[in-house]
Amino acid sequence: MDILSNLALGFGVALSPFTLFLAVCGCFLGTIIGALPGLGPSNGVAILIPITFTLGLDATSALVLMTSVYYGAMYGGRISSILLNIPGDEPALMTTLDGYPMAKQGRAGDALVLSGVASFVGAFLATIGLMLLAPSLARVAFLFGPAEYFALYLLAFCTLGGMASNNQAKAALAACIGLGIATIGVDSSSGLPRLTGGNLHLYDGVDFLVAIVGLFAIAEVFFFIESHGKGSSIGVKLDKVRVPWADIWETKWTMLRSSGVGFVAGILPGAGASLGSFMAYMTEKSIAGEKGGFGTGVPKGVAAPEAGNNAAAGGALVPMLTLGVPGSGTTAVLLALLMTLNITPGPTLFTDRPEVVWGLIASLLIANIVLLLMNVPMVKVFVKILMVPAWILLPGVTMISFVGIYSLSGSYFDLLMMVGFGALGYILRKLDIPTVPVILGILLGGNMEDALRRAMTLSDGDAMYLFSSPIAIGLWIAAIAGFVAPMFLRNILKKPQAVTD
Amino acid sequence: MASDRIFGLVTLITAVAYLAAATQIQTNLFSGEYLPKLFPMLIGGVAAVSSLFLLFKPDPEPDWPAAGSWVSMGIAVLVLSVYAVLLTPLGFIVPTAFAAAILSYQISPNAKPAMIAGVGLSLGLFVLFKFALGLGNIVAYRIPTPAKLWDAISILIPFVGH
Repeated sequence: MDILSNLALGFGVALSPFTLFLAVCGCFLGTIIGALPGLGPSNGVAILIPITFTLGLDATSALVLMTSVYYGAMYGGRISSILLNIPGDEPALMTTLDGYPMAKQGRAGDALVLSGVASFVGAFLATIGLMLLAPSLARVAFLFGPAEYFALYLLAFCTLGGMASNNQAKAALAACIGLGIATIGVDSSSGLPRLTGGNLHLYDGVDFLVAIVGLFAIAEVFFFIESHGKGSSIGVKLDKVRVPWADIWETKWTMLRSSGVGFVAGILPGAGASLGSFMAYMTEKSIAGEKGGFGTGVPKGVAAPEAGNNAAAGGALVPMLTLGVPGSGTTAVLLALLMTLNITPGPTLFTDRPEVVWGLIASLLIANIVLLLMNVPMVKVFVKILMVPAWILLPGVTMISFVGIYSLSGSYFDLLMMVGFGALGYILRKLDIPTVPVILGILLGGNMEDALRRAMTLSDGDAMYLFSSPIAIGLWIAAIAGFVAPMFLRNILKKPQAVTD
Repeated sequence: MASDRIFGLVTLITAVAYLAAATQIQTNLFSGEYLPKLFPMLIGGVAAVSSLFLLFKPDPEPDWPAAGSWVSMGIAVLVLSVYAVLLTPLGFIVPTAFAAAILSYQISPNAKPAMIAGVGLSLGLFVLFKFALGLGNIVAYRIPTPAKLWDAISILIPFVGH
């Protein structure tokens, strides 16, 4: 009963009154962030990291606060999907397919509560899965040497690019932009600056928080300027909210199956929550068949993607914590958080700092329960907050981003760079170039290069060393398959388009 | 079509420049001759090949916004850049009120609500950061000397600033 004693350790860390207070604050804030159109889990967490850092919270408190925000935002995303037909982020797209039609039938309250329960089931089961699976995966990860790590990072970029993008060349280019930015700065082994162009400000390298906030939050402002803030008013009325017990009972198997599917999709490096909600929805659709009426506003169509999406969010934490390789944009931001707190994810995390891992897992469980309790009675409050018009919201978000980044170094250069990343993010997204590989490149570039250098030093420059173990060869094959296969599967696995009025 | 080709060309030139810079990376006894160069050269190579793909197999043209939106976005970039350099000499409240009001106006062109949003956000966030979160040192207000103000603005002017 190793797990139970570990869990007791975790709850011992995470269950103090102060951390509970932080969990409640984080869940509330996170739900708002997720619910507001234009703010999703990734940008919400990204904006809050520098501020948490400046507040001087210790590692556990900061981790509890931010994971509550993360889970809260995953919950909140469904509110704007169902009521406005605007997904807060990509995984929430599948919820609009049945959620919005259901809301138009006058069952908005039922859809919101049902999706809240489905989110809870998915996230709760995934957290239990994380508890069971992560320690054993961490033991396997001890077998990884530099060659295996290099292949693993490559796998993350290949699958992420393959799954998330419609054009492999664009995904590869995005990863190269990120990795290229990561190489700027003082070289770790020679101590000499490289690729800085003689600019003193760049000797430190480019802080990943500057890039994340710029690409995610500032870029959003440009999209709102382009659309002039249209499409952010409530289209559906929400009247009495009650608990639809019959719907919840009817969808119990759907929730369980979708949680399983979502969790597995989340574990795959690079796939993340989008694939989880997509697979869960498609599985349920094919089980229900033609009679199921998916796409017309059926409860199962709301429960499946929400359970899948939240289970995948939990599953994505498995590779992030055990291997240090995030599975999605949001886990990449969480990895950034861990790195800011000076915690290095990887197999040694489980043996060296068990209080962090198990404290995190315990805080996930706590956040889940807080969210369920908060979401069902308070859904009307969150819907009110959705009424904040874009012309107040977006300037506010921008100013908070500026203060956050300014508090990191107090340098105008970081702020200018953030504006630059914002403009770059707008252009990239317009050209259908994914921005998540850019972030991942900046985050992981240093580690990937270190792995390559160690491999080259160990083998005295023999490139074949990179393919010297069965694990490494397996990872290389998976990486190439993950990059190439989506080109052929794209026609078969066509993503359904959002419903339009 | 054209957008992807232009972007591919820009990234190709950048990749080649990056490769050229990578060959010039200084090395010393500790790092060995080629280790600091290896990874940048691999990245530059992959980026150059991907750019070529983009040049020869571009995707359909995206929906670019109308000219008016480009002007609005240009103004937004300019305002944010000026805001970035003025935050140090002028402090939080005054630049934030102006920057937030202008941004708000770019999103929804109504002068009066935009001004209220600017002033309200500036004071509201000041109270939030100073009193609720205890970040008073970051959002303090300052009265600058003209020389400091010029120093800050000149950062944005090419070849004049530092």
